[in-house]
Amino acid sequence: MFKRLTDASRPKVTVTINGAPVEVPAGESVAAALIVHGERACRTTAVSASARGPYCMMGVCHDCLVRIDGVPNRQGCRVIVADGMEITHQSGARELKP
Amino acid sequence: MTGRTECAVIGAGPAGLAAAMTVAESGVDVTVIDSAPEPGGQIYKAVGRSPLPDTSALGPDYALGRKLVAAFQESGIRHIGATDVWMITDDRKIALLRNDQASFLQAERIIIATGAQERPVPFEGWTLPGVMNAGAGQILVKSSGVVPSEGVVLAGLGPLVLLVAWQYIRLGVEVRAVLDLTPAANYLRAAPHLPAALLAGNYLAKGLRMQWDLRRARVPIHTGVRLIRALGTDAIEAVEFVTWGRTRRIETPVLMTHFGVIPETAMTRAVGIRHDWDASQQCWRPKADIWGNTEINGVLVAGDARGIFGAKSAEWSGRLAGLEVARSLGRLSREERDAKGAPTQKAMTRDHRVRPFLERLYAVPDHWWKDVPDAAAVCRCEEVTAGDVRAAMRAGAVGPNQVKAFTRAGMGPCQGRQCGATVASMAAQETGRPIGEIDLPRSRFPLKPIDLGTLAALELPAAELSGEASADQAPGMDVGGSKPQRALLEDAE
Ligand SMILES: Cc1cc2nc3c(=O)[nH]c(=O)nc-3n(C[C@H](O)[C@H](O)[C@H](O)COP(=O)(O)OP(=O)(O)OC[C@H]3O[C@@H](n4cnc5c(N)ncnc54)[C@H](O)[C@@H]3O)c2cc1C
Ligand code: FES
Repeated sequence: MFKRLTDASRPKVTVTINGAPVEVPAGESVAAALIVHGERACRTTAVSASARGPYCMMGVCHDCLVRIDGVPNRQGCRVIVADGMEITHQSGARELKP
Repeated sequence: MTGRTECAVIGAGPAGLAAAMTVAESGVDVTVIDSAPEPGGQIYKAVGRSPLPDTSALGPDYALGRKLVAAFQESGIRHIGATDVWMITDDRKIALLRNDQASFLQAERIIIATGAQERPVPFEGWTLPGVMNAGAGQILVKSSGVVPSEGVVLAGLGPLVLLVAWQYIRLGVEVRAVLDLTPAANYLRAAPHLPAALLAGNYLAKGLRMQWDLRRARVPIHTGVRLIRALGTDAIEAVEFVTWGRTRRIETPVLMTHFGVIPETAMTRAVGIRHDWDASQQCWRPKADIWGNTEINGVLVAGDARGIFGAKSAEWSGRLAGLEVARSLGRLSREERDAKGAPTQKAMTRDHRVRPFLERLYAVPDHWWKDVPDAAAVCRCEEVTAGDVRAAMRAGAVGPNQVKAFTRAGMGPCQGRQCGATVASMAAQETGRPIGEIDLPRSRFPLKPIDLGTLAALELPAAELSGEASADQAPGMDVGGSKPQRALLEDAE
């Protein structure tokens, strides 16, 4: 659904997305890395468990919440990827903060 | 560094950068803070380190930003990037959050230049993955060089719809269609303001040029579009819409919408500045004089955060706020401020001439708020639908704050940034009252959910920060220079 137009020579870091190792250009946001990797949704909602993905990319909507290195409710569009980072979907009511 | 600065500028867009450089010209110590890692703001995001091999596809306006950002970088002004401001106390301590580390910066003057956000207009399916703001598409391309790979439909009203479509075709992205939701009646209302708009600069020529390029690239541009719906189950599969009486459907994995921009007022509301509804811009704006002074002593506003006037005027209003800070700190006399500010004010007045035309052409018609289907989510966070909001209003809720109490709309992590204006607009429609009489949605610090552990490290009285009972105004807290603060400022230098 999304692709990178960046040149391949840019420095990369390796993260895992739902367990699978993925190479991502350094400096990219977690949300951008997710959608390029084909993950359109990054979480399900607390009330109806419907799928949500990044919507505003500027920190306003909080629809890009993911679990990063075990910590839930991180805004994927505001966190920059780092080597060894573990990114996973977060699901439903259990994890969403009141 | 002691964690003090004479002037803190929040936001490193054109307004913040111009403000900071102006303040620094008079020898004032200034610190710029921004959530983004690099200076530039929304329009010039990442202009100094674009991931794209060639940025010319983004157009000449983007290239202009390189000069501004380079001048800022050469000025040596302290820039604290990748840092959120989440609170401002009564005595002008600014609470920062960077890498989950909270710290404080004490400022004598604060210029809030936090820009705009895209206006939320709910429609059926707007919460499906694959539906995004057009501005989000721009952020993806500017920050990460990321674009849709299997086609995109752009829909809405406002200059950004065309701009993003135009940037995409120049980058080789398949634009399946542009859905222009500008109502025909808007053209009639805008027409009388056309002559003035033509005097403001080449804004309209740019728009025509983009349309021409899109048509030449055989991008279907549908006009008179109404009632868009995003269809799909786990993600968008198609967009359906009505155009000239016919319902049409276009398959697409990505839909980007845009309905104009409104000031990001979460911060200006939370510090306690009064806001007025601007009927022409269709948004709340913080009350400020021409220099950006607000009712809160020592706190100024500049750029899109004080009203939507575009990037050039943002820069100029930043400059005016910078001059005023220099004056109020005794570095410029009133006469010097006025003399330096005169050409800027003149340029701004000329630039503003395009606004009455644009504001009418791209106005969201009142009936749109009635047209929002009952099933559509209004509050994306708490999944409160338009039907829920209407039911709350029938039960007596008269504005966003009561609707929030009835339905939880606005209680989620975005703190009403996505639903506050919608609920107010719906309330105006539902109750027949002018929107200026509807309560402004309350905004409270902290501006983003803060971990209790992070607060504990600051020794903040966390109780004061949570719960409905706390005042709109930030509690004045005496927090000394803590460890994280020094760490932050050392590595920022
Ligand atoms: C998504 C988006 C895309 C846009 N693209 C264009 C475009 O391509 N062309 C155009 O002419 N206009 C565009 N605009 C309009 C644009 O806002 C103005 O033209 C111009 O950027 C306004 O400048 P500014 O300095 O007032 O604000 P901005 O440029 O928006 O800068 C505000 C800055 O404040 C920072 N900020 C906000 N809140 C906080 C906080 N709590 N803590 C720390 N930092 C914070 C933000 O990170 C941002 O960098 C866009 C607007 C949006 C919302
Ligand atoms: S996409 Fe909206 S907050 Fe991240």
